[in-house]
Amino acid sequence: MDRQTVQRTREAFLSGRTRPLEFRLQQLHALKRMINEKETEISTALKQDINRSQYDTPLLELIGIENEIKLAIDKLAVWAAPRPVERNLLTISDEVYIQPEPLGVVLIIGAWNYPWALTLVPLIGAIAAGNAAVVKPSELSEYSSLLLRALLPRYLDKDLYPVVTGGVSETQELLRLRFDHVFYTGSSTVGKLVMEAAARHLTPVTLELGGKSPCYIDKNCDIRTACRRITWGKFVNCGQTCIAPDFILCEPCIQGQVVECIRQTLLEFYGADPKCSPDYGRIVNQRHFNRVIGLMEGYTPVVGGQSDASQCYIAPTVLKDVPPQSRMMQEEIFGPLLPIVTVSDMDDAIHFINEREKPLALYIFCSDKKASKKMIGETTSGGVTVNDVMMHYTLSSLPFGGVGQSGMGRYHGKHTFDQLSHQRACLIRSLGMESVNLARYPPQDRRRARRVRMALRSPLIDMSKRTFIWAVTATIIGFGLFISLLVILLIASGLNCTCWYWRGFYNYFY
Amino acid sequence: MRMTSALSFLTQVTGKSSRNLQGTTPGNTRDSSVCSSWSLRGLRGWCRLRHTSQSERMETQSQVVERLRETFRSGVTLPEQFRRTQLTNLIAMIEENEEQIIKALHKDLAKPKFEAVLSEVDILINELYYANANLNSWMKREYVTKNLATKLDDCFVRREPLGVVLVIGAWNYPLQLLLLPMVGAIAAGNCVIIKPSEISAATEQLIAELVPKYLSQDCYAVVQGGAEETKALLKNRFDHIFYTGSQAVARSVLVAASVHLTPVTLELGGKCPCLLYGAVNMAAAARRLVWAKYFNSGQSCVAPDYVLCTPATREALLPEIQKTLVDCFGTEPQASPDLGRIVSPRHWTHLMELLGRSKGKVVVGGEGNQEDKYIAPTVLVDVAEDDALMQEEIFGPILPIICVDTLEEGIAFINRQEKPLALYVFSEESSVVETVLKNTSSGGFCSNDGILHMTLPSLPFGGVGSSGWGNYHGRWGFETFSHRRACMLRGWGLEMLNGLRYPPYTERKLSWVRWSASPKSMCSLM
Repeated sequence: MDRQTVQRTREAFLSGRTRPLEFRLQQLHALKRMINEKETEISTALKQDINRSQYDTPLLELIGIENEIKLAIDKLAVWAAPRPVERNLLTISDEVYIQPEPLGVVLIIGAWNYPWALTLVPLIGAIAAGNAAVVKPSELSEYSSLLLRALLPRYLDKDLYPVVTGGVSETQELLRLRFDHVFYTGSSTVGKLVMEAAARHLTPVTLELGGKSPCYIDKNCDIRTACRRITWGKFVNCGQTCIAPDFILCEPCIQGQVVECIRQTLLEFYGADPKCSPDYGRIVNQRHFNRVIGLMEGYTPVVGGQSDASQCYIAPTVLKDVPPQSRMMQEEIFGPLLPIVTVSDMDDAIHFINEREKPLALYIFCSDKKASKKMIGETTSGGVTVNDVMMHYTLSSLPFGGVGQSGMGRYHGKHTFDQLSHQRACLIRSLGMESVNLARYPPQDRRRARRVRMALRSPLIDMSKRTFIWAVTATIIGFGLFISLLVILLIASGLNCTCWYWRGFYNYFY
Repeated sequence: MRMTSALSFLTQVTGKSSRNLQGTTPGNTRDSSVCSSWSLRGLRGWCRLRHTSQSERMETQSQVVERLRETFRSGVTLPEQFRRTQLTNLIAMIEENEEQIIKALHKDLAKPKFEAVLSEVDILINELYYANANLNSWMKREYVTKNLATKLDDCFVRREPLGVVLVIGAWNYPLQLLLLPMVGAIAAGNCVIIKPSEISAATEQLIAELVPKYLSQDCYAVVQGGAEETKALLKNRFDHIFYTGSQAVARSVLVAASVHLTPVTLELGGKCPCLLYGAVNMAAAARRLVWAKYFNSGQSCVAPDYVLCTPATREALLPEIQKTLVDCFGTEPQASPDLGRIVSPRHWTHLMELLGRSKGKVVVGGEGNQEDKYIAPTVLVDVAEDDALMQEEIFGPILPIICVDTLEEGIAFINRQEKPLALYVFSEESSVVETVLKNTSSGGFCSNDGILHMTLPSLPFGGVGSSGWGNYHGRWGFETFSHRRACMLRGWGLEMLNGLRYPPYTERKLSWVRWSASPKSMCSLM
């Protein structure tokens, strides 16, 4: 079944339909229409999946998708155009450029926490780059997956962009087939399996994984505002966001204040009982509910802690003085638990972060710009936002992707296009100018070798200081010579210099 | 003289003293005496004692990786000046030892001096100068366009080193394929472990000797060994693996990498087609084709693997090839100093067997000499698509010519095979070149010449599909070994605008957010 689908997709790609830009634009417009027309259905599906607020869906997913499509439509011609590059002496008369080309059939495996953004944003890039794409939404967000499967063929080309649904075994089956790129969003464990499966066909992969994204609050900052921003980022989508701040690092002296501010903000956001708030989500399923509850075991929360298994509800929870070796600090939480770990100062925080796997995101709250730059310089992470959370994700001009255990490859905006294109190096020569080329053919001698060495040197213009000084001197001398040549010519042509100079132009004309 | 300057610089940068400089080259004890003779001169005696005991123990691979990781963590490789010094040292290494390098390459592959200089020494020197000249601009933060919601913030992309990277070289260009990726890795600020191919033994030995002498031993290490050692090495955790070689090994590299989720760059080969069609200046085409094919005795990953042309073109091409071969290598190619040899007896036997199994008709060459590992420049005609020669990358001086009747047939033939690393088209009609370019896919493309596209550091070099994954050369190499970290530095103000995204949500808030996040807001003038 899947095999046939993929086969059909490959045939559709080989037909060359996706090559003209008009076709890609038309598909992108259709996708945009789908998002606009079906906004309510999409929000409803997510309400059913994870009880997400009907306002959150457009805010977190649809606006982003729409902007990505708009950007792709605007910029596609620029992105897909060949880019000329520098030449050396041997290729000076040739055309040298980089041509982005489609890869073929791309497999996009989405995740359940943002079922639309995590499948459609890569899809936008795949369409823009001229690829065919098999979309595999997560089986855990059931309603959204079914809706996607129903909607996509109605708006896009059926053969080029099929939707395949199914669980683990179907996915494994799918991964056994040959694709030209696999774009996976999800957990590190599955990421490893995807990469191993890709080894068989030497398929390039992009992995968007998670990780424990630290959030450091410096004592020198506006703690009220910081906590409001963190609270929003942590508890939106019920904490099930791959770039949500996973834990807070702060000095013991401000811990109490942080907890208090979060408590107040939670009250502002979700009211006294978050369970009744229409804006607070639920955990996706029972298994994840049990996992998150399990992480909390043995610790007393200072805020929240209530849960309701029947609804998969866990209240926004904050835990104080969590020891770094606790289980909660070993795996990605992916739920509404916010542990606070105390560190002695910023250097200790940097050390704490560097000891662990490279995270997908790092958040720093600090009013001292120098200190935050130092922290950026001494740590590494997929992305970093200072004085806010998650906002680097919203900007499509910034590449989004992990490093180390948090993933490989990047996407968003032009980065998706580049990720799903092959940058083909093109050198268009002619058969002429053979005399220049003769030097490189055997039989060889010293003189010929020197000429080739010269011709292949690149860049033609080197930017060293010495060259610069020579260039300036040569220009001045050249200019001086030019002026004197002009004067000599003027004199030679019989023009009496002194005459027009002394009389001036005025007298000349009147 | 320059050694001492490098030495004192290192001491300066790392803040550590002699200890840095007398760590042994892993897996290579033979040259340690050479190292110590210069590095230990004038140092305290205990250093010497410690040094010998260390070299006796021989650092295990994982210890090397761990040691490099420690260095990387200390942040030594981060400053631009450090990278620049290392690149300059590498230039010095190549320039000062050019004679030795050429000698080693001659020993391994009987590489003519011209080829060695052109394809190994000069291309590296070019790349190094290019990297040195551009490093500053590559390392700069890249500021990006912003939307209204982030108008007042600093948004930029930082290039950060990945950590400890592994570069595995190949034997056909033992120096270039090992050190060229290393240039990118050094420029990007990584610690690098290089693993030269054990098949080109002389060059391997030379690299293991030279690299520790010129580059910081704390940051860069050479690991020697065969398949077993490589397998063991791959078990370690790296932050990037750069592999050049064959598909079969690439698969196991990828499987090994998947355990640690290590990103990889694979530079593989493939059968690079060479299509001749329409009006062609036969003499020039034959000369360029012969040059590209028999360069390094056909052992180049970008060498034209087979020729596709119409029967009429073939008739015109064959005499020209014959003439060019005589012009280039004389009537007795074995005596020509300009023709390389096959790397090992094993590869020689394999190639001769392949030639024996082929059902094509040998029109030029075909002879071989086992003792000399010599195979004459060979051309075959009447080769079928299912011939033995067409099943794998040839990687030797054997050129099959396959006939197609039309251009469409030729393109279809190319598309039936795996995507090649390079594609060559010879034609004086630009429409032919355009058609082939548009309707095929390949790592690189070069019309009316061979190999030359890879000499430009401004062009990315890399395969697609089964010919590889990822690219390098020039800036592309730097990017391959860098992580592009998205950075957004926000202020505390504008909490009103931020407040829009907080719950409790309302319809009005949503429409405001929609407006502010749109990429083409009307305030783009701001």
